[in-house]
Amino acid sequence: MSAVVAEHDDHHDHHDHGPEKGILRWVFTTNHKDIGTLYLVFALVMFFVGGTMALIIRAELFEPGLQFVDPNFFNSMTTMHALVMVFGAVMPAFVGLANWMIPMMVGAPDMALPRMNNMSFWMLVAGVLLLASTLFMEGGAPASGWTLYPPLVLQTGKAFPFAIFSVHLLGVSSIMGAINVIATIFNMRAPGMTLMKMPLFVWTWLITAFLLIAIMPVFAGAVTMLLTDKFFATSFFDAAGGGDPVLYQHIFWFFGHPEVYVMILPTFGVASTIIPVFARKPLFGYASMVYATGAIAFLSFIVWAHHMFTVGLPIAGELYFMYATMLIAIPTGVKVFNWTATMWKGAMTFETPMLFSIAFVVLFTMGGFTGLMMSVAPVDFQYHDTYFIVAHFHYTLVPASIFILMAAGYYWLPKWTGNMYNEKIGQLHFWLSAISVNILFFPQHFLGLAGMPRRIPDYAIQFADWNMVSSVGAFIYGFSQLLFVYIVIDTIRGGTGKVTAEVWEDAAKHGLEWTVPSPAPYHTFSTPPTIIPTEHIVDH
Amino acid sequence: MTDERQQKNSKLAVKLVVVALLMFGFGYALVPLYNVLCDLAGQNTRVDSVAKTETSFTVDASREVSVELLTALNKSIPLEFKVETPIVKLHPGEYRTVKFFAKNISKDRLKARAVATFSPGLVKDFVIKTICFCELEQIFEPNETKDMSVRFVVDPALPEKYKTITLSYTFFDITQTETQ
Repeated sequence: MSAVVAEHDDHHDHHDHGPEKGILRWVFTTNHKDIGTLYLVFALVMFFVGGTMALIIRAELFEPGLQFVDPNFFNSMTTMHALVMVFGAVMPAFVGLANWMIPMMVGAPDMALPRMNNMSFWMLVAGVLLLASTLFMEGGAPASGWTLYPPLVLQTGKAFPFAIFSVHLLGVSSIMGAINVIATIFNMRAPGMTLMKMPLFVWTWLITAFLLIAIMPVFAGAVTMLLTDKFFATSFFDAAGGGDPVLYQHIFWFFGHPEVYVMILPTFGVASTIIPVFARKPLFGYASMVYATGAIAFLSFIVWAHHMFTVGLPIAGELYFMYATMLIAIPTGVKVFNWTATMWKGAMTFETPMLFSIAFVVLFTMGGFTGLMMSVAPVDFQYHDTYFIVAHFHYTLVPASIFILMAAGYYWLPKWTGNMYNEKIGQLHFWLSAISVNILFFPQHFLGLAGMPRRIPDYAIQFADWNMVSSVGAFIYGFSQLLFVYIVIDTIRGGTGKVTAEVWEDAAKHGLEWTVPSPAPYHTFSTPPTIIPTEHIVDH
Repeated sequence: MTDERQQKNSKLAVKLVVVALLMFGFGYALVPLYNVLCDLAGQNTRVDSVAKTETSFTVDASREVSVELLTALNKSIPLEFKVETPIVKLHPGEYRTVKFFAKNISKDRLKARAVATFSPGLVKDFVIKTICFCELEQIFEPNETKDMSVRFVVDPALPEKYKTITLSYTFFDITQTETQ
């Protein structure tokens, strides 16, 4: 994106050369900014691939009856949409942001392990391509839902082992990414950048990285058990051989619940970075934000069975998981309170990144509240496997993680490219997204409460109206995201003009990345910075 | 990057890789761990398929427990599977034998295993089986009919709140597993 040679640097070091010429630069690069760009571009492409799958789903559900696709392909679409969005779009996008921003935020010259960084990106590409290839195999792509529950998933056709290996590759790739993040944060911080001075985005990523190292291997183990059950006559999950399919659910959700926090914690981090800048105030309650993040990460390991209230847990188990799940609302509430308090009496302006961030605070809170409803075990029997669940987790992923990724794009794009994006089109993108996302997902609450099951291609006639509304919202939302692509390309080509190093008013008080020129030179902080901005933690 | 720092980074990376490998092992360790932890918490609903030796209890004639017996077939296993008395009413402490019949309706030799489950799950500690067909693999010759019996007792220590117990048997076809 920004192929600019660092000319300002008087420090003569053999590392200080510009990028390689030609396409091979992108294949062999070990530069954190190049790899960050690769991750971000790849995630954006996958966002549209997964989005196309979502539109196939919504097109089929526009009316009752079977219109466009056969039921097995429909189920493949729900499965692949989820896997592509989780492992191909949201997670890589945050790894991309981590690559670009963490070294600049902690004053490091690069990521700690640059070669492994390159390798983890290309393993991600291989994993996603392998997953995509299952669409063209005999028997179709996996159609069991992203949770890959046995015994259903064992009925997958030729695609089964390929899907498992692709999960292995994606897992190894994100573990390597996580190791890199931890090593960078622990070993590469500039002198004076103590842990409690780090920007919240760095903190949340550090905790996320530990989550990843703890859970991705467990998921790899679970799918390996599926593989040996299918091909090597083990019976981990096969009742005939003394196994139990419910065991898979226990192991899966040991991974799966922390996994949803892998997608939301960096979201919290970016929101905590952007809101203070546009409220022109330090972040309210910095330390409590750090502890709340840690508390959420810890709690994520002890609540897994709230995904399994209906499998026949003993009553004591239901009660334990119900109360433990409700506890998560406390640290999450601390965060929402802190964001609101940061904006309180702030000199706020409403540029696109701030608009997306405010929408995140409001809409994520709604997604959180439906989560609280579902944590009540007796009523979850009504919500389980209905569209209410679909509405809940899309509210915590689309107007939360995706909105914040968009906010991050608008916030740092001027730093990456040296040019200002088109604010008018940015705001148009925001309003179209914010309105259509609610048209898309809000009616799904009603459908779920009325009893519409998830993962079905056809439905009873009484669900027709809200499904039609939801599909209309989906198409408006989907197509308005093309505006973002236009804005990114336009900004790279010059946008609405050059920006200063600081870009946003007084941004340099909030983060080291705003002290380097825009566009950020190919190598930054070859010599560590001496002044660490502490504005974000000091309330004047 | 200085060599010293590079060494520090590689050391940390190796440590973290070891953690990741240990977590992979932990995933497998979860299989027995869940069993142990659920036992410790008194929440284990996993059914032990080994028959116990018969011991006598004092019959609690003051109350009656109804045991419902269900038969089910997994997938399209070619069996006919029935129980003689679908509902048995008995006093806790009283032994009862119930007969099950299964017939292979295919022309092939069939190897099958029945898996028992209880509902509510936690009553499994109070239903003691002294004869059971679920512990063994059953081999059915073509068109063969088998009489199988289950002898059981409900422990008088069963909490008062349980008035109905469901004991379900599901036959799984394991002919394939054998040939593999």
